[in-house]
Amino acid sequence: MFNAITHSQLYVLDQDEAVDFYVGKLGLEVNTDVDLGFMRWLTVNVPGAPDRQILLQLPGGPQMSEQTAEQVRDLVTKGALGTVILTTSDCRKTYEELRAKGVEFTQEPVEQPYGVDCGIRDPFGNHIRFTEPRTA
Amino acid sequence: MSRATEDTNRRMLRARDTMDRAYAEPLDVPALARVAHVSPAHFTRTFRATFGETPHRYLQRRRVERAMSLLRETDRSVTDISYEVGFGSPGTFSRTFRDIVGRSPRQYRKEARATGVPTCFTMAWTRPRD
Repeated sequence: MFNAITHSQLYVLDQDEAVDFYVGKLGLEVNTDVDLGFMRWLTVNVPGAPDRQILLQLPGGPQMSEQTAEQVRDLVTKGALGTVILTTSDCRKTYEELRAKGVEFTQEPVEQPYGVDCGIRDPFGNHIRFTEPRTA
Repeated sequence: MSRATEDTNRRMLRARDTMDRAYAEPLDVPALARVAHVSPAHFTRTFRATFGETPHRYLQRRRVERAMSLLRETDRSVTDISYEVGFGSPGTFSRTFRDIVGRSPRQYRKEARATGVPTCFTMAWTRPRD
């Protein structure tokens, strides 16, 4: 059967702005950034973990009508699409660092049964969470 | 849809996120309109057009959802919980809770159990509908 999850996908409205946020602010790494002519294939990963990539894709292209692309952009900016959950070794420290960089928080760090976690928005409306898992 | 609509959506989402994050604070329409950088009258109308309900109702549902969690998972009194989630009086809390959940806070507490699901999903799926 299956071996791994290699790619997950988020819709973004501007790929340069996405790099600024995911790499410049969150500290992820660009895995691949290639202009294929028909699309810019842009993926990022957590440093040291290149086997799990997030594809940062623009809505649109020939497979999607302009009306559908508009609907996707509408849903992204309303916060109705896209969630990614990351882990961190220190949720509160990461929170302070990201807050200093002007990242928008949907939830400050909270103790949960499974660890400490908090929530942020990317510039487009996607919901990102990061968790410091409780150690046994 | 235009860039302007996307920008408006994003501003409304920023105000909605503020309600999610700071539900216990005395948030009113002028404060939320400032977060969204629009006038108060424009804010209420646009928020409703974007998310299908008024900001007031959204905030009530957020507070009730938090209260449901505290009723399930703590032994704090209904009165304490009503203040803790941002209601100005226990009477308003109980009326609003019953209106939204269909049961009183005490009945709800008796019937509910804590779940082991990650909290962000519990919050999203237990948010009472209108």
